[in-house]
Amino acid sequence: MTTFTINGKTVAVDLRAGTTLLDYLREHGFFSVKYGSDKGETGSDSVLVDGKSMNASLMLIHTLNGKNVETVESFAHGREVHPLQDTFIEEGAIQCGYCTPGMILAIESLARENELPSEEDVKDVLAGVYCRCTGYVKPVKAAMHYLIAKNGDTR
Amino acid sequence: MKIVGQKTRRVDGLALAKGKPVFADDIPKKDFLYLKILHSPIAHGRIKSIDKSKAMAVNGIAAILTHEDFPIHYFTSAGQGYPEPSPRDTRIFDDTVRFVGDRVAVVAGESLEAVEKSVELIRVDYEELPAIFDVRESIDNKTIIHPGKDGFSFLHDAKRNISANIDEELGNVEAGLKESSHVFEGTYFTPYAQQASIEPHITLTWLDENDRLVIRTATQVPYHVRRIVGEVLNLPVGKIRVIKPRIGGGFGGKQEILNEEVCAAVTMATGKPCRLEYTREEEFYAARSRHPQYVTYKIGLMDDLSINAIDMEILQNSGGYGPHSLTVMSVTASKTLALYRSPNIRIRANSVYTNLPPAGAYRGYGAPQGFFALESLMDEISEELQVDPILLRKKNYYVEGEEVPIAKVLGEGRDGFPVILNTNGIEACIDRGRELIDWDILRKSEKTGIFRRGVGLATVAQASGIAGVDMGSVFMKMNEDGSFNLNVGATDLGTGSDTALAQIAAEVLDVSVDKIIVLSSDTDTTPFDTGAYASSTTYISGAAVKKVAEDILRQILEQGKLILGVNEAKIADNSVIADNGKSITYQDICTKSFYTDHQKQIQATASKISYDSPPPYNATFADVTVDTETGFVKVNKIVSITDSGQIINPQMSEGQAEGAIPQSLGMALSEFMIFDEKGRAINKNFEDYHIYTSIDMPEIVAEFVYTNEPTGPFGAKAVAEIPINGPAPAVANAIYNACGVRIRKLPITPEAVLTEFQKITDEG
Repeated sequence: MTTFTINGKTVAVDLRAGTTLLDYLREHGFFSVKYGSDKGETGSDSVLVDGKSMNASLMLIHTLNGKNVETVESFAHGREVHPLQDTFIEEGAIQCGYCTPGMILAIESLARENELPSEEDVKDVLAGVYCRCTGYVKPVKAAMHYLIAKNGDTR
Repeated sequence: MKIVGQKTRRVDGLALAKGKPVFADDIPKKDFLYLKILHSPIAHGRIKSIDKSKAMAVNGIAAILTHEDFPIHYFTSAGQGYPEPSPRDTRIFDDTVRFVGDRVAVVAGESLEAVEKSVELIRVDYEELPAIFDVRESIDNKTIIHPGKDGFSFLHDAKRNISANIDEELGNVEAGLKESSHVFEGTYFTPYAQQASIEPHITLTWLDENDRLVIRTATQVPYHVRRIVGEVLNLPVGKIRVIKPRIGGGFGGKQEILNEEVCAAVTMATGKPCRLEYTREEEFYAARSRHPQYVTYKIGLMDDLSINAIDMEILQNSGGYGPHSLTVMSVTASKTLALYRSPNIRIRANSVYTNLPPAGAYRGYGAPQGFFALESLMDEISEELQVDPILLRKKNYYVEGEEVPIAKVLGEGRDGFPVILNTNGIEACIDRGRELIDWDILRKSEKTGIFRRGVGLATVAQASGIAGVDMGSVFMKMNEDGSFNLNVGATDLGTGSDTALAQIAAEVLDVSVDKIIVLSSDTDTTPFDTGAYASSTTYISGAAVKKVAEDILRQILEQGKLILGVNEAKIADNSVIADNGKSITYQDICTKSFYTDHQKQIQATASKISYDSPPPYNATFADVTVDTETGFVKVNKIVSITDSGQIINPQMSEGQAEGAIPQSLGMALSEFMIFDEKGRAINKNFEDYHIYTSIDMPEIVAEFVYTNEPTGPFGAKAVAEIPINGPAPAVANAIYNACGVRIRKLPITPEAVLTEFQKITDEG
């Protein structure tokens, strides 16, 4: 039996060995976490585990005992959207949207661990989330707007 | 204009930002069968026998289908106009395999695990046939890749391995070259390149409560999916509903009926809901990619630098099948030959079969291959003649009011329609880009030392939809709160076209964008559209939206006048206002029309077919630094300036250019497929096939110069594809400017740069 929390709710699961967190999440309706590749290159399978952005397809479910998993489903509260999500919409950082949840998690993870991230830091964390639509120009811009609004001036 | 020309929040933005379940796979899959394709491990062979007994014995396996389960029927997987200009050379499953990755069987079972196990247990006995891997050895080879059977058709010359051919001449090229003062020639190669949409191909099929087949699929062409699946499975289209939810990128890769008919066949055979998703690896070797081409231009110039003759040859690799093979070559020719005026033009082009993966549609659709060649050669000419490359180009552009003769002879696999240029902003694009890239300084800066910096330019064209072929249609109705349902056949593949279409409707109706409720791409509820390709949606479907909204506006005015009991009135401030001062709001007009006064539903439909296809133009500038010790090319900055007529949404249009640029930089510097001696793809993942990531990106500047295209909705031309054409040749030209190395083969690897640089150094 493995016990962990997903978006604040504790779950206890007993699954076949080899089941990945991605398998589990998609099976249970956390559809913001997506398949993009088998080695985690695309990062469309990103989740936050104890606040850090990780590839759900590379995490076996039994390794999650006691961990705290977050997906983008937990970011908006009712009709209130998270400011980072709002900035992504406002800045035109979303095209097809397939990679958007992964990007939002990567940036949020950075925002939590680093109070004064630079544009280079943003590009570094986004290197783990592939996007074929935007050329990363507007996502980086949206991230910087969000981080500046949240933390004041960055480096 | 209040809304057209402004940025707006995307109509699907909130759902996408929140990670809502809006993609094809985002539905509960209770009772679904999971499907896997067994791909051919060999490049060319005949299937002697298939033993599926062990595979069927795996617990949970519901069905295994092979060529033995289907009648012989040939179709094309290309999602294009009908009758299709691509050869009908494909079967759902064939008894011959023609590339490593070709479909041999489909296995359906209750879990992916069971299916993966079962696929391994199918025993296929092949008679291996000689395979062709070099495109230059295909024509008249002893090995014939498509010997042909009944029903196999539209082929140019299968016995010679030619899937498509173009032979056109305007004027007299031989004579034109002879009378030219200078003649230059070059052959350029572009490789297989992958669309690499982050969402792989995925299809879900099931029978609804009335036993109709529902296909929920990541496609750019829902109506072509319905037609082709209907044809292959012998089902009336009325029994099929195709739904395109949000899709995770397409770039042409989803302009293909890749596996929809297979998934549907299993649902029809078992009655069960089915799901077929490609893995990333399958995307690389068993989907479609950009057609590799050898493009040769021979250009004759007079003493005054005017082009007198262009002779063009294309040798294109179709791979094992021929989807899009004719039309991609046709675009290579028609788009490049629409840029520079020449009284004599000739195109001789062959697309040939090989035993490598079939290519298909990919953003630019032949134009990137052609412009890499043409714009490299223009630079070589300017170097040889010691003239300014911008001057040489400006001397030769078609200008506004001129006819582009090539458009008449090259349509979508048939004659096209004449293009008279109403708008051409290319010179303004160049002038703006030249300033933003610091051309005059960097072009002539010192080129010595280990790190050498240079700038290069490419100017390119595309089209706005396919003249006389592409058709878009819409339905609109009014609601009593003053909102409007806009049901469009057009397919938003992530570009934001739903939003652009809503902006066009909102502009006409003088309401805010949030009053337009867009529903797109469902063959049951939205009218016909040829699909999202050929940069057609804004220009064609957008024009249909403008028409329908104008009709609705006229009806609002008529109803308003009837309800007010007046003969003369006008529309202002979301109301109908009579000359006598009486007025009624949109809301009241609709409410009274529903319930009390002159009752009717305000609603309209419109279709748009265009015989015009005005070219957008673009100038792309690259600033690069070459490390002459390693051959590594660092792109510092790309400036991309486009004339797309009136821009509907500047923010989204910038996004189109910003996204196209790294795709082209990948083709220029890092993306290509490697095959071993047996035709097996080696680099089938994103570690070995490198697409641009956030840390690889140069500085990007994407801007637009505005022209007002009289044939487009609110003056618009297309955006979508054109920004992908310029970066690769601009980078190649910048490398030459930096260090004197000219590479005619993409991608330009450090090894190639270093080898050529050492040659120059040795000679020097």
